[in-house]
Amino acid sequence: MLRQTKYLSKHYDVQDGHRLSVYERDGGYQQAKRALQMDRQALVDDMKAANIRGRGGAGFAMGVKWSFMPWPPKPDRPHYLVINADEGEPGTFKDRTLMEKAPHLVIEGCIIGCFGIGAHAAYIYVRDELHLSKERLWGAIEEARAKGYLGKKPFGIDYPVEVYVHTGAGAYICGEETSLLNSLEGKRGEPRLKPPFPAQYGAFGMPTTVNNLETIAAVPIALEMGGDAFSKLSDLHNIKDGGCRLYGVSGHVNKPGVFEACVGLTLRELVYDLGGGVKHGELLGVIPGGSSCPIIRPDDVVDAPDPKSPLHPWHGKSALDVPMGVDTYRALGTMLGTCCAIVLSDKVDPILAFHNLMRFYRHESCGQCTPCREGSAWIFRILDRMVAGQATLEELDRLHEIADNIMGNTICAFGEGTAMPALGFLRKFRKEMEQSIRTKGKSSTGVLAP
Amino acid sequence: MTSFALSPERELEFEKILSRYPNRQAACIPVLHLCQEQHGWVSDEVIQWVADRLGLSSAHVKGVVTFYTLFNQQPVGKHQVWVCRTLSCALAGSDRILHHCEKRLGIHAGETTKDGKVTLRTAECLASCGTAPMMQVDKIYHEDLTIEQVDAILDRLTR
Repeated sequence: MLRQTKYLSKHYDVQDGHRLSVYERDGGYQQAKRALQMDRQALVDDMKAANIRGRGGAGFAMGVKWSFMPWPPKPDRPHYLVINADEGEPGTFKDRTLMEKAPHLVIEGCIIGCFGIGAHAAYIYVRDELHLSKERLWGAIEEARAKGYLGKKPFGIDYPVEVYVHTGAGAYICGEETSLLNSLEGKRGEPRLKPPFPAQYGAFGMPTTVNNLETIAAVPIALEMGGDAFSKLSDLHNIKDGGCRLYGVSGHVNKPGVFEACVGLTLRELVYDLGGGVKHGELLGVIPGGSSCPIIRPDDVVDAPDPKSPLHPWHGKSALDVPMGVDTYRALGTMLGTCCAIVLSDKVDPILAFHNLMRFYRHESCGQCTPCREGSAWIFRILDRMVAGQATLEELDRLHEIADNIMGNTICAFGEGTAMPALGFLRKFRKEMEQSIRTKGKSSTGVLAP
Repeated sequence: MTSFALSPERELEFEKILSRYPNRQAACIPVLHLCQEQHGWVSDEVIQWVADRLGLSSAHVKGVVTFYTLFNQQPVGKHQVWVCRTLSCALAGSDRILHHCEKRLGIHAGETTKDGKVTLRTAECLASCGTAPMMQVDKIYHEDLTIEQVDAILDRLTR
């Protein structure tokens, strides 16, 4: 059910909404002050009850992640909080709005997060291209420090907290948490093998929690409301997917943008109600949560006769009417990802869209694992031939084979992030591809932007 | 020793960056940015200087420089233009924007104009999908672009 909210985006349209004076006027930093005087376990329990599922794509429960940190912290093993703001997943542009328009919400979340995991320093890893975001975050840190909300004794309480902005240098892979940690340590951003997990061996070899930027921004809101009440904002509270979140929609819609609503919005509501409907024709497909999520077609019907399936309530209905949740979307065979959808109208040549995304993955593979490095390039080369009308049906099958061989054979999830959308396109647009190959490309519209 | 040195103001910034991390290696990427800001690109002298100052091998620093796309391994134009071409921008006509830039500047993506004023590049998703098509000019995002706006921007850069 469409229920728009105004918690994360409270100050988006307010004059000087990124400044401390405006943030404090509406009760800003009260929750950080309160948190620093709470019992740590009570704070973590409240955050578990909030059912905040990671907003960066993997959807892991934030409170549970916090509870993985070794306790109590050892004096020679300082804990770190690292915030992932390396927003680079094609189609995703939500974290940027928080950094530009609500930086103090992020900083307040960092203070609470540090206390929750026993850290005294937080690093916000921002991709270098986002210059305004970095400037706004640094500005917020300076303002908070001047007021005594950061530093040796925040709010006069004996729990030192420092927050720093760290910049990347152009590498999509650094959005992967262990790659991000290597990059933070001044190394090439190549993912690490897990285990050990960051909670044991993270930044600088110390216990570390990595949270997405929107995830940490939800923390002050959840704490003010109470974890359980926050979780109940969501239509999916009963399957532990709570609260409100930012949704993005781009591509062929009349009103692209970032919107805030309760968890459990449907794709139909996102595209037609918030996004203002499809432009340049009818809906061909939607990539639901960033480009790594397999595409959904409007004629996809939910097949979940088993009453135990999380999708059973929508059995027989259109996939567009399933509430967007981490578990519902996984059951649907796609992913919720970052909750930022890319809409394709039926004027678009799906092969060109597929080709565009695979060029991205070929470019961004870090090259550490052979299946991903070579596989992403092979997929792209075959698609290059398909676009030129030179591919064969045998090569179409080879695409499947290559994607299958990437799955599960790489150090990090980038491999799946390439293979899953590839398999999605191959499944959902097989007919179009076969026809294109048979007609040597003549059946394709050859258009991405009508 | 190398012939490269930071300006006194940037030297202060260098110290500030170091103070944020538990070890010197972590400063590698921010310091490389600082050097590139001054020098325009990351030369072998810059690499050696960063290695010396941070106590790293030059091989390590070179490895970092070659991993990330934003470190220029050759001299570039005075202004840098990146046109995003990933799906959301492509759906909004980024190909037309790029071709127009190439035509106007008389160069292909990846090249620098003869007068050294502009380097044109393609970029992968710059988190501006809702305001596509877009291009980044130095540190500034230009969003919801039309061909007329592109012309105005390029006029300013090539004047």
